[in-house]
Amino acid sequence: MPEAPAGTLYRGREGMWSWVAHRVTGFLIFFFLLVHVLDTSLVRVSPEAYNAVIGTYKNPIMGLGEAGLVAAVVFHALNGVRIILVDFWAKGVRYQRVMLWVVVGVFVVLMAGFLPVHLSHVFGGE
Amino acid sequence: MATTTPTIAAPRSPHRSSRTSWEMYGWIFMRASGALLLVLIFTHLIVNLVMGGGVSQIDFGFVAGKLAKPVWQVWDLLLLWLAMIHGTNGLRVIINDYATRTGTRLVLKSALVLAFTVVVVLGTLVIFTFDPCPVGAPADLLPSFCTAG
Repeated sequence: MPEAPAGTLYRGREGMWSWVAHRVTGFLIFFFLLVHVLDTSLVRVSPEAYNAVIGTYKNPIMGLGEAGLVAAVVFHALNGVRIILVDFWAKGVRYQRVMLWVVVGVFVVLMAGFLPVHLSHVFGGE
Repeated sequence: MATTTPTIAAPRSPHRSSRTSWEMYGWIFMRASGALLLVLIFTHLIVNLVMGGGVSQIDFGFVAGKLAKPVWQVWDLLLLWLAMIHGTNGLRVIINDYATRTGTRLVLKSALVLAFTVVVVLGTLVIFTFDPCPVGAPADLLPSFCTAG
């Protein structure tokens, strides 16, 4: 049985780090998904049970966690489009590095739109 | 009594695996489901976290109001299945990459299959058996249509 490799650094740079980020965000999103289905399933138990648990999602610490979750989802989705283009677009490999910076740019724009709205819902005390 | 000679493929003939190419179907599924999930999840996030009161609006009445409509039942069912299969396959790849011992891989993948089954079965049952107006629940917690008629 082969032992774990001594180092897992591949070639570094944008290609490897976007791969690492894709993996880490996917891993985190998966575990949130498990919890999310379980908490939503409480609607089948009773309105009181669901409201009690979902109430914990509205405190400021969870609100920041949701911002992080949305950031993970947005990056994973945009980089996923980049992966599809690398695989299926004839020039995808040539432009993979440029496309990562496009992903980062679109990510910044989308998060700049989302964060003020979300944080005002969390901290606005509606 | 003639003996049959086994036929041997010529050297350098293309390798043909008799196994079904599950890994290739998995690879295609990750891309197809990923593209669909982008639309499904971005809409999910906009409707639940951006529009209206965002996270502060979410309570039983909000979820029940959505899940009473067939379009959101189908939407959430697709989300549940596609995201769980996409995520479970992703975790499977991660386990294969980092768990070098056979026993460790077996334990981790068993836990993964268990989590997948429990969450998908539970979520599917909730979507199909959900009652937005449960009998005996306080009216102020329910969506408005429960008391309208």
